[in-house]
Amino acid sequence: MLLVAQIGLTLFVFVMLLNSAAAMVYGERKVAALLQQRLGPYLVGPKGLLQPLADVVKLMFKEELRPAAADPWLFALAPVISATAAFAAFAVVPFGADTTLFGLLDEPLRLQVADVNVAVLVVFSIASMSVYGIVLAGWSSNSKYSLLGGLRASAQMISYELSYGLALASVILLGNSLSLADIVNRQAGTWFGFIPRWFLFLQPVGFLIYLTAGIAETNRAPFDFPEAEQELVAGYHTEYSSMSFAMFFLAEYINMVTVSAVATDLFLGGWHGPFLPASLGWIWFLIKVAAILFFYVWMRWTLPRYRYDQLMRFGWKVLLPAAVLNLLATAALVLSFGL
Amino acid sequence: MTQFYLFGTVAVAASLLVIAQRNPIYSVLLLIVSFGALSGLYVLLDAPFVAVAQIIVYAGAIMVLFLFVVMLLNAPQEETERDARAHLGRGSDPMRFGALLALALVAELAWALTRGWESGRFGRGAVSSVAALGRSLFTDYAFQFEVTSVLILVAMVGAVVLARREDRPREPMESGETQPEDRVAPGEE
Repeated sequence: MLLVAQIGLTLFVFVMLLNSAAAMVYGERKVAALLQQRLGPYLVGPKGLLQPLADVVKLMFKEELRPAAADPWLFALAPVISATAAFAAFAVVPFGADTTLFGLLDEPLRLQVADVNVAVLVVFSIASMSVYGIVLAGWSSNSKYSLLGGLRASAQMISYELSYGLALASVILLGNSLSLADIVNRQAGTWFGFIPRWFLFLQPVGFLIYLTAGIAETNRAPFDFPEAEQELVAGYHTEYSSMSFAMFFLAEYINMVTVSAVATDLFLGGWHGPFLPASLGWIWFLIKVAAILFFYVWMRWTLPRYRYDQLMRFGWKVLLPAAVLNLLATAALVLSFGL
Repeated sequence: MTQFYLFGTVAVAASLLVIAQRNPIYSVLLLIVSFGALSGLYVLLDAPFVAVAQIIVYAGAIMVLFLFVVMLLNAPQEETERDARAHLGRGSDPMRFGALLALALVAELAWALTRGWESGRFGRGAVSSVAALGRSLFTDYAFQFEVTSVLILVAMVGAVVLARREDRPREPMESGETQPEDRVAPGEE
């Protein structure tokens, strides 16, 4: 029974991730329209809600092109790596308290596809693998724009991975565990009865570093250099069309969802929140993830793109030292106060 | 056991294919596959932390740099003609050195394999605990750990020195916008 539930959960998460990407595309276009005083998609379905569906159908029926000089194997492999890495990372993210599905199950089921005791590191390692999809796409296309996009992507992701990892390490110190579920459960309850015990309040710098590095890791504006339209046509996916392009698109949005979900688990107390019983904690989780995703979209349509040297200088000379100092301060505090 | 043979086969096959490839990009990718399979073996050994560290450090960080370099140099496919220098006795010095290292590796492997199967001092549960791993790394093996870090530091300094070597002082830019860190320090050669 538990096995069936586990398989069901896996399929459920897979389908919901696909849906979240669709919802995110719609949400992003609507929010962008709001910010620019436009209407956004409104023709397909009520309030344009079926627009993502129409987009998917359009992408499916487009012709699949491959440049004659491209490396056929790697050209086909690259989008698969991107999409797989994007889905795989979410497998270790817990999104709700243990549940028995209204008494259907004998043992409680943890709302997490794979309960790994080094979950934080698994998220990090899969993030570091996802760079291959982009780099290989850029190289195998055998086009200068793609190659430049791929090279930028790898340089940018390697640079910001360090700060990303150090921000994760500070939270690991506070949570005293590498398991995301344990870290979330340590954030239950409140201080003085009204301030939630979120690590956000113990790690404000860490949270900012995580969000900034997360935006760079997912190649979103204002750090979207691998696909900077004005300079690189479309960057690493210039030569891709139809469903293989759709896979990159999907991977980008799912990566955003994963980064936001991990941020929720690490800094915003996961599924813990007032008013709702523990069994409905996933509603809090969804609200928090949606808030971070909104922040992402907001950033994209507010800030102009940096220059590439500014990005690198910021990553190595501001973000990384800040992350190191933050880690040192956290370690000293944990050691002296035993938080 | 099935899983062991699965991961083991993938690791060995991928490693062999690394040297059988003529396209350096494929070699790099196959090496990543091999690292992935090794990481699977670590999971089977009940050491998830080592498995994930293997992915992060080797497959994630180091191999990206390899790929980066191969792509930037745009290394051509290797020519496969029989080389007269391939004989041990007539090779150039670096080749002789490489051959020596290979012999040393064979000797080490033979020594390690004939030593029997004692698997160190860690119990099964101990390796999976990150705390236990960290404690022994910073107490029992602190010296080795620090020596390794100094070694890496030396390599880093060496890379910086090689990259920054400038024979003549750089001429000042026309607009005078030279960044302070771009100037060559006074006594630096």
